[in-house]
Amino acid sequence: MLKIHQLHKSYPIGDSSLHVLKGIDLNVEDGEMVAIMGSSGSGKSTLLNIIGMLDEADSGDYILDGLPIKNLTEKKAAVYRNKFLGFIFQSFNLINYKNALENVALPLYYQGMKRKERQEKALFHLGKVGLTDWAKHLPKELSGGQKQRVAIARALAANPKLLLADEPTGALDSATSHEIMAFIQQLNDEGKTILMVTHEEDIANMCKRIVRLKDGVIMEDEKVNQVRAQEHV
Amino acid sequence: MFRFLFDRDTWQEVFDSFSKNKLRSILTMVGVWWGILLLIGLLGSARGLENSFNRLFGSFATNSVFVWGQSTSKPFMGFQEGRQVKLSLSDAKKVEENVEGIEFLVPRNQNQATVVRNFLSGSFGINGDYPLLDQVQKKNLIHGRFINQNDIDDNKKVVVISEDAYKQLFEKDEMPIGEYIEINNINFMVIGMFENGNVNMGPTSDMHIPFTTFQQIYNQGDRIGWMMITGKPEYDIKQIEEDAKLLLKNLNKIHPKDSRAFGSFNLGKEFAKITGFLTGMQFLTWFVGIATLIAGVFAIGNILLITVKERTKEIGVRRALGATPFEIKRQIVVEAVFLTIVAGIFGIITGGWILIGLDAAFGQGDDAAIVNASVSISVVFIALVILVILGTLIGLIPAFKATSVKPIEALREE
Repeated sequence: MLKIHQLHKSYPIGDSSLHVLKGIDLNVEDGEMVAIMGSSGSGKSTLLNIIGMLDEADSGDYILDGLPIKNLTEKKAAVYRNKFLGFIFQSFNLINYKNALENVALPLYYQGMKRKERQEKALFHLGKVGLTDWAKHLPKELSGGQKQRVAIARALAANPKLLLADEPTGALDSATSHEIMAFIQQLNDEGKTILMVTHEEDIANMCKRIVRLKDGVIMEDEKVNQVRAQEHV
Repeated sequence: MFRFLFDRDTWQEVFDSFSKNKLRSILTMVGVWWGILLLIGLLGSARGLENSFNRLFGSFATNSVFVWGQSTSKPFMGFQEGRQVKLSLSDAKKVEENVEGIEFLVPRNQNQATVVRNFLSGSFGINGDYPLLDQVQKKNLIHGRFINQNDIDDNKKVVVISEDAYKQLFEKDEMPIGEYIEINNINFMVIGMFENGNVNMGPTSDMHIPFTTFQQIYNQGDRIGWMMITGKPEYDIKQIEEDAKLLLKNLNKIHPKDSRAFGSFNLGKEFAKITGFLTGMQFLTWFVGIATLIAGVFAIGNILLITVKERTKEIGVRRALGATPFEIKRQIVVEAVFLTIVAGIFGIITGGWILIGLDAAFGQGDDAAIVNASVSISVVFIALVILVILGTLIGLIPAFKATSVKPIEALREE
């Protein structure tokens, strides 16, 4: 699914530059659920952004599902993001003047899908996260957990190959966090490949594999016994 | 390419972002609205003034000059200065034959006379005229006809009277045609009655009798009071005036540099001044209107720039979800154009109301200062096209601003 080889990235800071990723090698197979951990400044978010094509590496190879991701134009990156990737953010990033249904339908809109078809599909995904009754509500009328579920439905709407989650439970209390994790685990059970950045041990342990980053290099890469979130709810 | 314009979603997006910031959007549009309002209001008023002016002068051939004799101010060829200059019919004929560019030349005579009808009487200006006068200084006849060639040939004692003269000499609702009035104790039959014009050029013309009849009863011989010269449209009336005067000086043995021997009033010159003023005003109107419009459009661009800044994160999310930079830009440009056009249409409508208001306040009656204040459809169309172009151009600035930020930075924005 995902092959990364000797990935480097540095950011200019004034005259000098900050070397954030110092040669990352990472392979992720289909159906994996990987947690990327590390303290702040370890480069975990940068790695996720590069995988999400929101940022570009300085050197190294990144191959997504057999497709080399390199020197993309903004347009091409947008198309790939739309087609291959689903994003879940810490702060949900729902569009506040659009209701839940419209938010979920947005990636489909950028796919050029017809309005009716789009709404049906969005409603289906909203149903999967259990929010059919909340379809017409604006984000501000939803709780944090509900917002994140809408965001998950939105990430799923375009049927992406890879789900990228940046601290998906970072803004939620632990009960809601476990509820969200249960959803994500369920998606993984259904075969979705998931990559998640987190700094919470218990959340990481709900994945199947933990990759620990420190100062821009992978310190540890281990398979773990998945803790089912369902047991905590 | 333009299919998105007919896509419901495009407009849904525009409407969403519009209704999200109602107050700001409305404030934004005020600038453009005001610009269009000014443009329409000013252009319409200018047109109204022009119309009223044209109505005032409409009955005149404006490319005209009046020439009459005065007294000489320089001795010449044995004549002393201070000699009275009298124009004659043969002078008129020679001018008409020799000066280039003359369309009509109308010799005229005038005298003041007491006119009596039954027990009513008054003092009126009596003009001896040719039928040609009607071509140069259109008479709006209410009843009857103007003098014709037959009247001239037979020295007929007929008279065409003004409405004012009629009011003084006739009872209300009395039919003047065919009635007789006494001018200098001679009976004249009334053959026509004309409306008093708004502007009287030259001496008051209350009554017109055939030129030849005038000659006869006043024993005028060949002399004429003054002549009205109308130039062909393609000729400069000032040149015609100079040529005619020079020829007349020659014919009457007057020093060529004698500037007081002939008096003249060049209607064309006066008219050109006012036309020039109107043109200038129209130019000013366009200038002010377009400038205000540009300022208004800039205001829209400015607000959109702020909006884009505020929406950085949203734009980042959209791009993460697969919006291409082009789609983002297009959306912002559509919003800009939409705002300008809506504001513009409101401006056109309210501008129209102002013109209706002006018309109601100043546009009624014969002596209205503003007549039919209006703008043509083409002006409205031009204004709209300008708006679309300006809206697009100004929308491009925030559009490029929106996509110049990398999506990752946009998402980081709080």
